[in-house]
Amino acid sequence: MKAAPAVVLALVPASLVLGIAFGSVDLAPAQLSDALLGRGDEIVREIVWGVRAPRALAGFACGGLLALAGALLQVLLRNPLADPAILGVSGGAATGALAAMLAGAAAAGVSVSAFAGASLAALAVFGFSLGRSGWNPYRVLLTGVALASGFGALVGLMLALAPAAQVQGMLFWLLGDLSPAGDPWAALAVLAACAAVAFSQAGALDVLMLGEDKARSLGVAVTRLQAIAFGCATLATVAAVLLGGTIGFVGLVVPHLLRLSGVHRHRALLPLAACLGGSLLAIADTLARTVAAPAELPVGVLTAMIGVPVLLVLLARLR
Amino acid sequence: MLSATGLGLSAGGRELVRALDLSLAPGECWALLGRNGSGKTSLVHALAGLRPPQAGAVALDGVPVAAIRRNALARRVAVLLQDEESGFWGSVVDFVALGRYPRSRTSFARDDEALGEARRWLAELDLADHEAQAYRTLSGGERQRARIAQVLVQDADILLLDEPLQHLDLRHQGLVMRTLAARAAAGKTVLAALHEPGHAARHCAFSVLLYDAGRASPGRSSDMLTQANLEALYQCRLEAAGTRSFLPS
Repeated sequence: MKAAPAVVLALVPASLVLGIAFGSVDLAPAQLSDALLGRGDEIVREIVWGVRAPRALAGFACGGLLALAGALLQVLLRNPLADPAILGVSGGAATGALAAMLAGAAAAGVSVSAFAGASLAALAVFGFSLGRSGWNPYRVLLTGVALASGFGALVGLMLALAPAAQVQGMLFWLLGDLSPAGDPWAALAVLAACAAVAFSQAGALDVLMLGEDKARSLGVAVTRLQAIAFGCATLATVAAVLLGGTIGFVGLVVPHLLRLSGVHRHRALLPLAACLGGSLLAIADTLARTVAAPAELPVGVLTAMIGVPVLLVLLARLR
Repeated sequence: MLSATGLGLSAGGRELVRALDLSLAPGECWALLGRNGSGKTSLVHALAGLRPPQAGAVALDGVPVAAIRRNALARRVAVLLQDEESGFWGSVVDFVALGRYPRSRTSFARDDEALGEARRWLAELDLADHEAQAYRTLSGGERQRARIAQVLVQDADILLLDEPLQHLDLRHQGLVMRTLAARAAAGKTVLAALHEPGHAARHCAFSVLLYDAGRASPGRSSDMLTQANLEALYQCRLEAAGTRSFLPS
């Protein structure tokens, strides 16, 4: 399927336009084009540039970060089921965020606490996995899984203890929700930086698919490469989680969609994963905002509803 | 010239190789023979700089391999490992072209040259019809030949191969041995861990025999591959198999 890269690249502007065109207020095409060009009604301009464009970009950044992290982790751990959530970072962030909500912190406090939780989890995975004899993918996996289930228990405990009025906000955070996402520029900058660093290692990542010893014999400094890729994946996951909470399936499904359509070299896979993950999440978020408008659905539910059947169909077609 | 001096290797508390002195010169084809568990793989890994020896050192043209940067070493020494990951997603020709990585390091490099080399070696190893196939769908023997093609594509001066003939049928065993011998004749250094002394006698002028308890003896195949030595090596009685044992011509 040679068409995959072109389709993915075309999705990027399409998804952003969709995110700007649709919302709880209906705008005519003429109003939209005026506002995009900086003309016309001031309220419409504010809706387009002040509300919808940042939200669409936040969705794009979040999805791109998750898909990039997923693609990196899948080659790093040589495990097709690797997903940003297995780093334990999402669990750490969720625990931090819910603890802050329980303590009655404001949005900024929730973000800081989520960041602290995510960093703690990342440090723990790093610390336990980089042993005396170098890197051990299985230890990364097991440490991540152990931490994630520990954090899961803490999250459950806080949900049980929380007053009823707070539980809905917590659930939205846990299911993934972009409505509190503010300025997307920091996340977009992290996305660009992580994608550039990961892309610079694309050839070495291809070789790493052959196994660590083989990669060494082909001239790859494996431990250094793993540290770079793991660092990128962690940073990307933290940035995504801070923006949108724990949004599942994007990181797992998007790299597989690309591989199943014939993209497997990392110099194509990594940038396309960032683009496709971003587009899909921007589209999912547009749906989340409009399907039950004026109410908003948690976007994480929609990514699962879209991602799971698509992956299953592709898997069924493969042999 | 790849040389080991006073090399000592042990694994799992067992001494595999003791005080081995070995020099592999350009143009030489070496067979590495020994029982299961005698240390063939450990020796290949040590020579390739993939594991540090317990004693002694491995040097490439006098420079310890441990002191050579990975990418510089990869342009001089290629190694076929016994077990490799089989989870490669791409096509056979893409798989083989990865062997070119040490020579084309940037993501932007055109890979026409790598693909050309990959196709050439796939054709040499009887896999030309499979180049577009997904690597995962190859049979065990086809996969083994693709892995050998990947090593040849690397175009290193020294080729270390751990059981290159595993999974191969008789015809392709002959093809691979002839290809390796031709590389040696073209000035490369070849060392292959083998289980069939007949191939060693026919294609490799030199042999290293790894006996029990760390004793290793290198030398000319014509001197080394005697019935007495092989009986001591494999610890079983051997007999000439007469007219019902065959090797590819």
